[in-house]
Amino acid sequence: MIQEAAVWAIFLLPLGSFVAIALVIRPFLNRFSGLAALTTITTIGASFALSLVALGSVIDNGEVLFAPHEWLSLGALQINLGIILDPLTSIMLVVVTGVSLMVQVYSLGYMRGDPGFARYYALMSLFTASMIGLVIASNVVQLYVFWELVGVCSYLLIGFWFTRPAAAAAAKKAFVVTRIGDLGFLIAILYLFFNTAAFAENGLNALEIADISAGVQLGLLGGTALTLMVMGIFAGAMGKSAQFPLHIWLPDAMEGPTPVSSLIHAATMVAAGVFLIARFFPVVEASVHAMQIIALVGAITAIFAATMGLVMNDIKRVLAYSTISQLGYMVAALGVGAYVPAIFHLFTHAFFKALLFMGAGSVNHASGTFDMRYMGGLRKYMPWTYMLVLIGSLSLAGIFPLSGFWSKDEILAHAWGGGSTVDTVVFWLLFAAVPMTAFYIFRMVFMTFHGEFRGGVEAEEQDAGIPSHQGEHKVHLAESPWVMVLPMGLLAVASVVAGGLVNPVVDILGIPAHWFADFLGGKSDIILSLAGLSLAVAVLGIGTAVFLFLVPNLLPGPLGAPFRLAHHLLSRKYYMDELLEGGVTRRGFYGVGGGSLDWMDRKIIDNFAETIGWSSMNFGRVVALLQTGQAQGYVLIVTLGAIVIGGVFFAFMWT
Amino acid sequence: MTPEDVRLLSPEIALVGLALLVILLDLVVKQKGLLGLLAAIGLLVPLGLSIWLWMDVADQPDHRLVGIFGTLVVDRFALFFKFLVLGVAALVVLASSDYARHVREHRGEYYGLLLFSATGMMLLAATEELIAIYVALELTTLPLIALAAFLKTSRSSESGLKFLVLSAVSSALLLYGIALVYGFTGSTFLSDIARQAAFLTEAGEIFGGSSALLLGVVLIIAGFGFKISAAPFHMWVPDVYEGAPTPVTAYLSVASKAAGFAVLLRVLYGGFEVFQLDWQILLAVMAAASMTIGNLVAIAQTSVKRLLAYSTIAHAGYLLVGLAAIAPTTADGDTSGPSSVLYYLGAYAATNLAAFFAVMAIANKVGSDQISDFAGISRRAPLLAFALALSLVALIGVPPTGIFIAKLYIFGSALESGLLWLVVVGVANTVVSAYYYLRVVRTMYLEPPTSEGAVPTSASFKLALGVSALGVLVFGFLPGPLLRLVELSAGTLGATVVEYVGLLPIG
Repeated sequence: MIQEAAVWAIFLLPLGSFVAIALVIRPFLNRFSGLAALTTITTIGASFALSLVALGSVIDNGEVLFAPHEWLSLGALQINLGIILDPLTSIMLVVVTGVSLMVQVYSLGYMRGDPGFARYYALMSLFTASMIGLVIASNVVQLYVFWELVGVCSYLLIGFWFTRPAAAAAAKKAFVVTRIGDLGFLIAILYLFFNTAAFAENGLNALEIADISAGVQLGLLGGTALTLMVMGIFAGAMGKSAQFPLHIWLPDAMEGPTPVSSLIHAATMVAAGVFLIARFFPVVEASVHAMQIIALVGAITAIFAATMGLVMNDIKRVLAYSTISQLGYMVAALGVGAYVPAIFHLFTHAFFKALLFMGAGSVNHASGTFDMRYMGGLRKYMPWTYMLVLIGSLSLAGIFPLSGFWSKDEILAHAWGGGSTVDTVVFWLLFAAVPMTAFYIFRMVFMTFHGEFRGGVEAEEQDAGIPSHQGEHKVHLAESPWVMVLPMGLLAVASVVAGGLVNPVVDILGIPAHWFADFLGGKSDIILSLAGLSLAVAVLGIGTAVFLFLVPNLLPGPLGAPFRLAHHLLSRKYYMDELLEGGVTRRGFYGVGGGSLDWMDRKIIDNFAETIGWSSMNFGRVVALLQTGQAQGYVLIVTLGAIVIGGVFFAFMWT
Repeated sequence: MTPEDVRLLSPEIALVGLALLVILLDLVVKQKGLLGLLAAIGLLVPLGLSIWLWMDVADQPDHRLVGIFGTLVVDRFALFFKFLVLGVAALVVLASSDYARHVREHRGEYYGLLLFSATGMMLLAATEELIAIYVALELTTLPLIALAAFLKTSRSSESGLKFLVLSAVSSALLLYGIALVYGFTGSTFLSDIARQAAFLTEAGEIFGGSSALLLGVVLIIAGFGFKISAAPFHMWVPDVYEGAPTPVTAYLSVASKAAGFAVLLRVLYGGFEVFQLDWQILLAVMAAASMTIGNLVAIAQTSVKRLLAYSTIAHAGYLLVGLAAIAPTTADGDTSGPSSVLYYLGAYAATNLAAFFAVMAIANKVGSDQISDFAGISRRAPLLAFALALSLVALIGVPPTGIFIAKLYIFGSALESGLLWLVVVGVANTVVSAYYYLRVVRTMYLEPPTSEGAVPTSASFKLALGVSALGVLVFGFLPGPLLRLVELSAGTLGATVVEYVGLLPIG
């Protein structure tokens, strides 16, 4: 049985690493910035080991209960600090610390020589600590604090190269768009605050997650109010997990360093939204309408993002849309009640998507660019990267027997078996996204690794008319150093085995069938015929990619008129950026809404505010007039004050 | 005085002894820097004695010890303020080490006066008899007046003189109030007054007895209103704070104010509980006026010291909100108003000290306390600028700092007492205050520096600033221990009240 202190240590170790780097290493020992990496990797490694112990403990004994500690108690309001260590948390802990450890090792190579090396590791430590704090939090206030903290870390890391305008803008966009969702989450929390008294009557604390579920069962929350509260929680999840229409920040977030994309924007933080719904699943499940909305939003996101992934030329943006699409799968799964498949897919996706991002980083390391039009033929120069990316791609495409196959097909099977109209719609949307997924990821593989090398960053700059730097070779066609390849290799192993061996359909190698589902206390299975069908369409998708990009080495363009229109629409991302920024924000928000508000603002609010400002300024002036510096005047005011107070009291007494 | 009396008075006796020792050593010691160190370390003695008494008090059946003919009360409430005053005095002494160079010749007297004043503050919280309260009040104020005039510059002398004249007036108000109360109740002991007042009220003697008594209460509140710098008795604050040496200003704004609130709590909850509904409305109006005047006038200030002076007036207003919260909120009939005031005083002490210390060091270097001269200081003294920014943001009451929890607590108790309008005024004022606090932060961080050069500070100053800044965060992140302490301390205040109610002749 794991001690409570050990679970806190999982969280405190990376936090201590952040404090040590920020307060000691960066101000005083910045010359030895390797120390920052060493501290981070050691502490996160220790956290990973403890997370494995925690997982083992939960596997042996089931959920480990710890009594929460009182943090603040004012009247009826009691806020605790506590830990939930249930199967969901223990799995998340292993995913977060495991992927983070791999990313930190990988960053040794990728970030080498960067002037902000120590700052980078400080922020990565803080992010890891916050993410751990988020998954172990036992009440909503604690959870919300870490929810915002991971958002802040994401902001700081997207804008890590803040001297680049694009990075600064992307960081701001990510922060603002996710905040829109967070507002919903905050409103849900405030709603719980207002219900403190009703919960207290039943001996429950409205802010404790476990008590909220109990409150729903007791009927303290229900009906439309419950649906609205769940929608508030889901709004938070939509922002963080980049669900349509709040997905627009994630592709831009690719401005951050690639390992950051790998950890934060593929494996962990963006999965926090899925985790949030899973954490509140007993509450969410109680509202049928909310579940239907969640399912549809997830399914629409899955197919919508997949179509945009078809045409992107930036390797990281292909992966970004792929991530949005896969998150859509998870959210849709939760919406149709497929709790276990959703978490299972989160688990497998974390590994293969982190791997794919690392592959993109490795490719960038060699070619100096992220634009696939200037890559090609890298297979010859970086065979290891090629092989590992291929494994990740096959897993993402859902090819038997890699992990993505199992988790994705469980989601499809569950949606198919649901039976309701919503379930059917969700199934077909998700099913249609399967060949697209296979197509776009193999388009990426072929454009990057096959054919002839097309000049990398040097050619890109030539085309863009930027004068090339004399004698400086930015293109460096060779395999990346082993510190980058090794973590990719380990993640590739996980991508291969994390599916079939973790939740096998039959007893295999001593692992009981449906082990993962039993552990999480739910059900999951695949339907053989359906799995075969989805495998077939995935292969069809790959085949199309082979036909279009491998055999004749065609690049997008000569595809024929009807395709060109679609291609244009897709590559402009359905004009979503323009619609949301230009249409909704600028014209709708600023124009229509803003216009009327502007009138109100100028005619009513401004006058009101100016009156207040004017009167307070004059009030200040009048009072300042009294402040003459003459002690006699002060005595007069003191005496008058006492007389007025006494007089008022007497007047009240005699009436 | 019996040996028991000496034991109960031992922290104060030790403090006076320390003050005398520092003054005497000043005559022989060449290394004047040692004096401050001695004073700071010497404060551990009264602190140790207070802790000893705390443990002793815990064993008593009613958690209190009484000595010197019933005038000296040692309960947890009194001891809480002993801890607070000693802590603040130690920090001010440590932080003065840089500043004391301006007063090279009389450094012993400087520390000595500081410690004498601390003795008065400790006694203020530890007595339930009006004459003893008055004596303690003068013991607090007179050394402070001397300290305000200590620099012997014209500003400093002006500050001391104004302080002297205005505190004389407030003392007159207070004494007149005490005389009225004594005249109608025949006693200066709060317990007797409470009993007599209840009796008079019950007997229907509204015009003959209680109304004049009420005038006495109003005058006493006016007298203490001066001490806590509440409107309309706040006029002296900006002038005195600006002219006095900055460490003295810090001390005035924190310790002196805390002692004023201690004695107000004692008098109102111990002696005049019968008039609760009357003084509640008076305090609520004073609270609203102090918050509003303090914050609005602060906006117009150009000197950081004057800005902080108005800010302390505003904070006196927030504290008065807690004083006005009289409704019982716990199952055993206690109100959380007093404990919220104690929490606020603790959090506010750490925050305001940190702000004043940082201002002191920066103003010392740039040679001015104008806000515009603080421009770009973040590049010259990043740690000082950070400490000042932290404490200013904390003074707004932003989480996770101590004052956020304190405001939550105080406004919560006021809501329980039905003072919704006052809470609205308080929250609106909090928003207004953000404007002028953040203006200073913006000047420090975003405007280009007007001059160059780092700001050197001594080790003892760094310790004092570090401890205060740590307090700002600790009271915000880990409110638990201080919350328990203030609940215990304010609990004894409630216990004495309950005791008097039990003694009422009307049953």
